[in-house]
Amino acid sequence: MPLLDVENVSRRFGGLVALDKVAFSVSAGQIKSIIGPNGAGKTTLLNVVSGLLSADTGRIQFRDSRIDGLKSHQIAQGGMSRTFQNPSLFLQMSVLENVMVGRHPRTRCGFAACCLRLPGQIREERRIRESALEHLRFVGLEGMAGAPAGALGFGERRMVELARALATEPSLLLLDEPASGLNNRETADLGELIRRIRERGITTLLVEHDMSLVMDISDDILVLHNGTPLAEGAPAVIQNNEEVIRVYLGTGLEDAAASQKS
Amino acid sequence: MLLKRLFPVIGFAALAIAVQLGAGALGKEFYLTQLTMAIYYAIVVMGLCLLMGFAGQVSLGHGAFFAIGGYTSAVLTTSDFSRFQDSLWAAALKRIHVLIPKADLYGGQVLTTTPWAAFVAAMLLTFLIACLIGYPALRLKGHYLAMATLGFCLIVNKIVLGTAWLGAADGISGVPEWNLAGGLVISGRSAVRVQNYYAACALALFLLILLANLVHSRVGRALQAIHDRETAAGAIGINTARYKLNAFVLSALLAAAAGVFLTHYTAGIGPSEASALKSVRYVALAAAGGMSNPWGAALVSTAINFLSLRGWFGTYDNAVFGAVLILIISIAPQGPLKPLGLWIRRLLSGARSAAGGEHAAS
Repeated sequence: MPLLDVENVSRRFGGLVALDKVAFSVSAGQIKSIIGPNGAGKTTLLNVVSGLLSADTGRIQFRDSRIDGLKSHQIAQGGMSRTFQNPSLFLQMSVLENVMVGRHPRTRCGFAACCLRLPGQIREERRIRESALEHLRFVGLEGMAGAPAGALGFGERRMVELARALATEPSLLLLDEPASGLNNRETADLGELIRRIRERGITTLLVEHDMSLVMDISDDILVLHNGTPLAEGAPAVIQNNEEVIRVYLGTGLEDAAASQKS
Repeated sequence: MLLKRLFPVIGFAALAIAVQLGAGALGKEFYLTQLTMAIYYAIVVMGLCLLMGFAGQVSLGHGAFFAIGGYTSAVLTTSDFSRFQDSLWAAALKRIHVLIPKADLYGGQVLTTTPWAAFVAAMLLTFLIACLIGYPALRLKGHYLAMATLGFCLIVNKIVLGTAWLGAADGISGVPEWNLAGGLVISGRSAVRVQNYYAACALALFLLILLANLVHSRVGRALQAIHDRETAAGAIGINTARYKLNAFVLSALLAAAAGVFLTHYTAGIGPSEASALKSVRYVALAAAGGMSNPWGAALVSTAINFLSLRGWFGTYDNAVFGAVLILIISIAPQGPLKPLGLWIRRLLSGARSAAGGEHAAS
């Protein structure tokens, strides 16, 4: 039984078919990547899976229950967390507070308890803070806890957003182009981090253009082209798939990677 | 941490006492009456701060909620229910002291609602109406709430103006005092002026503490997250529609509560309280104090409303509030207090470093 099972999912925007009968699955413990040319529907697929967009047809199963048609916050509460192509931190808050928001689905105090600062609320608040600090430490940014989120560089924002997503204790983590905008060093660190996330028992599904990263960390790759799956398999299989080379990978992996970095 | 939390509380309490003593010493104790009214209006603004500064939603209908609170209370406490005396429900309400017999001006007996029961009724009615308006408008992203509440405010204004039993253009007068508890009476009589001033201060301070607790909590962070990036907030697991609705209903309840208190204090309420201009005025005051700073908003709004109630702005009253809104948004969108504080700090550190420089030179 896969952790995430996507069946026959289609989505159109007006006359444009963004996703056409896409089917794939992610098993627990995997690192799975979705690749494909710009406009292939990768981000749309991620948005449909995480509930930001609704699917026109098909069904999505996550942890034994259907999630298509659910709101994004319900899916997040069910154990799926995501990051965005452009890190979307809450810029009015500190770095620590951003990660503390990530504890939201795993904590309970409501309006009344928070207004009155009931003893349980004070204890919960302390636990939220400790857990958020732990997640910041995991991405190596505990030193920035007090800084305003707006003061961070692009790469650091990525990491804080990742810490925030991890703070929700997901069983499935969706990353939308986590390496874009990062330099080579940062990208290598990111690959290491994604492996450490897997060691914590968290499954990762990522959309990524950086082929060196994708080929390095993925157990399994799905290639999308014009909204339909073109190929699926282990990195070695995908690298040698003629169709994939023709529409996406082109003359060589180095070129694909280089064009992303420029 | 604790000191930082306590500082504004102590500061506000000290300021309230200083103002009362100052007014007494200057022989201007009657100022406290308008100050008390201004503080009740500030409670509306505090609620708007929560909604605008934290949940990021604008309401142009808080005047209407104020009026719903005030009118509900006024109608229930001034109407005579004695013709229902023999009905089962009236008897039941009488037994639990919701309805009480009272002597009227002409020596007859009337049966009216107690102010406490009227207050509860006003809160329940406001809760229902706020849910009805907020639920559809807040499921959507964007400024639908502002439009819905503006329409709602215009309707309420026309209803109170056009309904005979709501006093039409005259409003309702003769609202009785509210015997709150332990001899504390909400009333505009000059004998209880100081007492009422402190009651209003205490209520406002209590609500400010609750709001401050709220904004520095899980709920406050969730609201701020929605304000900043609604999509990301949803993707983290925050039920954005519900949190926005809760903040809206809570702020509507604060406005209605202020309406109940002020109606008992001034012994009446008029239809202008439900006007759209009043609602815009609250928005301007919330902005003027710094929307995400309930303390500043309470302070600034009490001051400006006090001046307005003293008639400082004359016939340009509403124009002044419009000008305040424009000035704040163009010069200091975060509210004037933060830039002012930074400016003072810079001035102080400048003076200190200048003094240090002289010292080094000598």
